[in-house]
Order: sequence, then structure tokens, then C-alpha cells
Amino acid sequence: MAENETLTALGEAVAALPGARTAIERGAELVLTLPREGLVEAMRRLRDEFHFEQLMDLCGTDWPERPLRFEVIYNLLSLSQNRRIRVVVATDAATPVPSIVSVWPCATWYEREAWDMYGIVFEGQTDLRRLLTDYGFEGHPLRKDFPLTGHVEVRYDEDRKQVVYEPVKLQQDFRNFDFLSPWEGLTTLPGDEKVHLNRIEGGKS
Amino acid sequence: MNENTDTIAWNREHLAPGAAQDAVVKGITGEIEDKGFVVANLDKVVNWARTGSLWPMTFGLACCAVPMIHAYMARYDLDRFGVIPRGSPRQSDVMIVAGTLTNKMAPALRKVYDQMSEPRWVISMGSCANGGGYYHYSYSVVRGCDRIVPVDVYVPGCPPTAEGLVYGIMQLQKKIRRSGTILRG
Repeated sequence: MAENETLTALGEAVAALPGARTAIERGAELVLTLPREGLVEAMRRLRDEFHFEQLMDLCGTDWPERPLRFEVIYNLLSLSQNRRIRVVVATDAATPVPSIVSVWPCATWYEREAWDMYGIVFEGQTDLRRLLTDYGFEGHPLRKDFPLTGHVEVRYDEDRKQVVYEPVKLQQDFRNFDFLSPWEGLTTLPGDEKVHLNRIEGGKS
Repeated sequence: MNENTDTIAWNREHLAPGAAQDAVVKGITGEIEDKGFVVANLDKVVNWARTGSLWPMTFGLACCAVPMIHAYMARYDLDRFGVIPRGSPRQSDVMIVAGTLTNKMAPALRKVYDQMSEPRWVISMGSCANGGGYYHYSYSVVRGCDRIVPVDVYVPGCPPTAEGLVYGIMQLQKKIRRSGTILRG
């Protein structure tokens, strides 16, 4: 396949970046793993030499079992070459990742979101405020160790005439639904065993 | 100052409903109808006016806003009930909370509600506004907008159909007709 050959060639070319590792995932997705050091320079080369002009997305992932628990993922697009690449950088909560705002100014909101949701710090980002969560929110909600229902809830206090924050008190406990679909999981519906058995037996004889 | 000014001056000697009252009312009505007047109960007229011009505060928070817009548009045409969406809480009678109310939005919602002039009503539209719905256990969503504002009518559904919202508005009109009063609350 010519498509994959050019992808492999591109992968070999970008693997020349310092400290880079490349892989092709799911047959068609080029993934480039870079170290934190020299990230900005590597990104600048990806933009200028390999013509990945656009930063489509920047997001985080959390892998609590790994020593470097966070990954920052950059999805780049080259319109001129009709090509995409995914850049992955690993970090932990204490170590900052170099900000790529100097390469793509649009990264500011993405980096603010990643900091808001995961607590990933971006070195060189001058505007590292929360983006999505509530004013004065504490914690980073997309971390795996953040409880689903959070720590506070709001209600209107009639005496104080304002909306107040209180510790979460669930009226109804979290329910564990089973996702056994009657179309996928169950081959025999409850009460339908005899019919099902007859169908199998009848088919055999 | 008369001590009666801060209490309501009820007519303590009114006639009980019955033949005698009917005779008086019919007599007066017949007399002034000839002069081109119409006689009606004041509170009923006020309630009729209120039900006929429910101006809602546009508060589309999420996808429920789409069926709300459907209800405003040509097919269901809430204009024929006198329901005209307003951009300002000062001009609104009813707030339709359409969509997920988040913690971050809750103070703003309450502020808008406080800015509405009385009498005011609230329609909670959709599962999220009714009780958190899909996001009931979320860290960022209010588990029902009735924790923030008093709600008159709950419209169920995720999202409710436009008919559902129209039915909810008609239920609210019924509620106003039944319980509306010209007394200050």
C-alpha cells in the first residue's frame, strides 16, 4: 500500500528528532513519542520542516499505575500534505511540560484545559488559569482518583439570600447498573429458556 | 393614618351566592351593559391577562433549548398563547430553565430569577433541570434547579418534545387561573 509506505517513510524521517520514538497504531495512525526536553524545538521542526502547520488538539490522559502518570497528546494536521500525526509526551504532576504557545498560539486554551482537568503544568504558559470548572474549584476532575460526585454541591440559602457551597450529600446512592444488553449479552431472555432450548434441540434433530 | 390602610378592606356585608345575589348582579349588569360596559371579576380579568401574556425569560442552557425553540417557531407557535421570549428578566413573567444547570451557572440563574418582577413563575424543562438527570452524580451539576429557584411546573423528558413544553405552559396557565391572586405575595 502506497499510503502506508509514505507513512512509514514519514515515521522514519521524524524519528530523527532527538529522543523520538515512532509507532504506527491501528495501521494508519502515526504516533511520535517525544521527551519533555527540547519539545518546543521539536515541535517547531515538525511545523517548519515537516509542514504540520496546524495544532488540532491538545489533551491529557491519566495512567495512575505508571510512574509518569500523565500524557500530553498533541494532534497535528498538515493540510498541505493531507497528513496527521500524534505527538505524545509523558510527565507527572510535579514536572512541567514546555508550553508550545510560541509555536502555535492557539495552544493557550488547550493548555489551560489540560491544567484544569489534570493538573498538568505548562512551563512558559503565562495564562495558566482554570478554563472550564467553577470559580474557586478545587481539584482536577479528570484525574482517575477524583471522585465522580466531587466534594461540594450548591443550593440557594433562603436566609443568607445567596447560593452556598456545601459538602456533597447524595439523596440517592450511586447505583451500579449492569450493562448486559438483551441484544448482545443475553442469548436467552429470562422466561424464554424453554423456547430457546426447543429451538436448539429442534434444529439438531 | 387610618389603621385600615395596611389591611385589606374586605366587604363584610356581601350577599351570599344565591338568588338574591344573582338578582342584584343581573340588575346592575343589565343597567350598565346598555351603556357599553362589561362587568367581570377583577381577579379573573387579571388572571386572564396574565395567562394570556406569559413572557418567558429565555434561559436555554443546553440541548433542551432546541425543543424550546421548536415550540416558539411556526409549527407550535407559542405566540398564539401570548408567549413571547424576552431577552431581559425585567420584562419576563416566567423563566423556562431549559437544560443542565451547572454549579458555575447556578448563581447567575438565581440572579436572573431575582431580577424578574413579581408575579413570576418557573418552568423546569427536561431531566437535567428537574433532578440532574443524566448528570445526577456529576461533580459539576446541580441536582435539580429547584435547589436554586422555586419551580412551578416540571416538564419531564430528555429532552421533552415541543408538545411537552407547550403542555407544560398550558399546565402553568391552569395553575395561574386556579391559584393566581391580585394580592401581593
